[in-house]
Amino acid sequence: MSDLSITEALTSDDIVIEGTVGTTTAEDAKMSMRNVNVFYGDKQAIKNVSLDLARNQVTALIGPSGCGKSTFLRCLNRMNDTIPICRVEGELKLEEQDIYAKKLDPVLLRARVGMVFQKPNPFPKSIYDNVAYGPRIHGLAANRAELDEIVVSSLQKAGLFGEVKDRLDAPGTGLSGGQQQRLCIARTIAVSPEVILMDEPASALDPIATAVIEELIDELKEKYTIAIVTHSMQQAARVSQATAYFHMGHLVEMGKTEQIFTNPTHELTENYITGRFG
Amino acid sequence: MTSSTLIFVVLFLALFSYWYGIQRSIKVAGGATQVKKLVSLPRQFGLLTAMWCGLPALIFLLVWTFFESTVIEALLVQSLSVEVQQLDQSALGLYLNDVRLLSDSSAEVLQKADPDKVFAAEKLLEINRDAAWLKSGLVLILCLSCVAFIISRFAVDFRARVYLEKIIMRVLLACSIIAILTTVGIVMSVLFESIQFFSSVPPWEFLFGLEWSPQMALRADQVGSSGAFGAVPLFAGTILITIIAMCMAVPVGLMTAIYLSQYASERLRSYAKPMLEVLAGIPTVVYGFFAALTVAPFIRDTGEALGLSVASESALAAGLVMGVMIIPFVSSLSDDAINAVPTALKEGSLGMGATQSETIKQVLLPAALPGIVGAFLLAVSRAVGETMIVVMAAGMAANLTANPLDSVTTVTVQIVKLLTGDQEFNTPKTLAAFALGLMLFVTTLALNVAALKVVRKYREQYD
Repeated sequence: MSDLSITEALTSDDIVIEGTVGTTTAEDAKMSMRNVNVFYGDKQAIKNVSLDLARNQVTALIGPSGCGKSTFLRCLNRMNDTIPICRVEGELKLEEQDIYAKKLDPVLLRARVGMVFQKPNPFPKSIYDNVAYGPRIHGLAANRAELDEIVVSSLQKAGLFGEVKDRLDAPGTGLSGGQQQRLCIARTIAVSPEVILMDEPASALDPIATAVIEELIDELKEKYTIAIVTHSMQQAARVSQATAYFHMGHLVEMGKTEQIFTNPTHELTENYITGRFG
Repeated sequence: MTSSTLIFVVLFLALFSYWYGIQRSIKVAGGATQVKKLVSLPRQFGLLTAMWCGLPALIFLLVWTFFESTVIEALLVQSLSVEVQQLDQSALGLYLNDVRLLSDSSAEVLQKADPDKVFAAEKLLEINRDAAWLKSGLVLILCLSCVAFIISRFAVDFRARVYLEKIIMRVLLACSIIAILTTVGIVMSVLFESIQFFSSVPPWEFLFGLEWSPQMALRADQVGSSGAFGAVPLFAGTILITIIAMCMAVPVGLMTAIYLSQYASERLRSYAKPMLEVLAGIPTVVYGFFAALTVAPFIRDTGEALGLSVASESALAAGLVMGVMIIPFVSSLSDDAINAVPTALKEGSLGMGATQSETIKQVLLPAALPGIVGAFLLAVSRAVGETMIVVMAAGMAANLTANPLDSVTTVTVQIVKLLTGDQEFNTPKTLAAFALGLMLFVTTLALNVAALKVVRKYREQYD
């Protein structure tokens, strides 16, 4: 196995994926997904994946490019609804509530399950308006003073307030990449979600900005349940408590982060973790 | 050889020199196996040779053609009798015209004609013949000598690639200059005629006069002997119709763009977009009779039913139809602007739990605003310049009114009216058309510049 090349290891048919090894369930699950299948047209992107997001924990989704981890993440707040050819099957629950139920409004779901994207995407508005965007839409503040309070506390929680407190009227797009990403996190926090989904939130940032974001994620888990997609295994090891390894649409292995990184069970996981490919 | 034959010959020579240049470069390298030693590719040597063969000759030909008639005329006059040389400008022109006609005529005509002129005609033919020979000879010599020159410089380290690149750059530059020169030429011609117009009608009377009645008396005692050249009613009419058109086109076009880019299914969009483009392809004349025969009577009948007095040709009819004409313009430009907003912004907003319409109103439209404003301004300049619909549906009467049910006229319609039919070209009446054209040009230019400025100013912010 050790002399297998990267491409051989990725495309090898020798390694059969039979269900998931490790622990996919959590005792105190915030979200629980069972037998999820996702199709883009005829192509199946996610194959029978079941996993839980434990409350107030960071769950890292790792795996090589194209393994379906981002697709899976985007199912959790129904962002895939915006893609017409995408079809989701299976049971996805937030606090025992089926999030794909007919009567459920995806708009309300997204207020409870917020999302931070790969590339910082502040709106072309002022810093203040960026953070106030969600609260305004959802009518969370009765007056200007309350809105101010939400904006300030969100910026504080995102660790950005000190840097921008003198220029809340400046455009959000004028901030540095790392600051923009923290602004996007502040914007997400401002609607007080229960779950925050992060799709490679630090991949467009330099190491220092990344370290700041990682610290922030660690603090945020006190209040929120977090799922993070990442390509950096060090990042997964640093910030997460549980790790799920995806491979070609399958959930190969899931377990406590410590165990996955020190003693992986599945061959594929081991290959990926030890850097044999990916 | 005529110029067109000569061009073909030059092109053929250029083709040949392409091949010849390649062969020479291979020889310089020392055979087909040694081609790698050359710093440029044989193909580039070939192209460079072809350029050297064709370009100087074609440029020479162009210059020659430009000056040919003047020089030949001068030579002809010089060879003629003293009386002819002393004729004044216009008489000489007439004389030479006769000579030119005679030189093309049959023998019978020549027998009846003035012998002096026949002699001149023969002289002209002779000069022409000589000139044609000289031209052909010079062009061919130029071709061959240029090729010989460039071939003589071929060496292993001859940087044909760099020279070729420079020539291509100049050719591209020349092409872009053509567009600029044309614009300058149009402006100049309009400007000079306008200056002539303003020497007989004072500019302030033209710009601020409230009455438009462009006729000039042939005799002093004629009815309506004094013309009035106040352009205000025309501009008021233009603005009125433009406003009506924009009121129609902007909301409908913008909402169409929003629907097509954000809500419509892929299938619907694939049908609707081409349909809209068909709307843009209808000739304005067709819109014109649609306005005159369908919309205008409908508006008049409706108005009468409501107890309003409506002219059979109304600004409203013309404006509405013009608005329909501009819809695809506004919608497709706005559609582009909305689609150009990064998906990340849209997803960011949806991901916060905003509804689709909240996302459109608060994120997409503000981000696409510069593009939309640009579309709006371009549509305005389109509406201002539109002629046919107004000719057919809004009438010719230069009423100064803000009532959309009245008949009005626009700048472009008046230009058409002034310049069609038998006209003298030096009366204020026809010259007024140029002054109007100048005003129109300045207005649309200002609008376009403003549109570009707006687009450019806000564009960078959203990347």
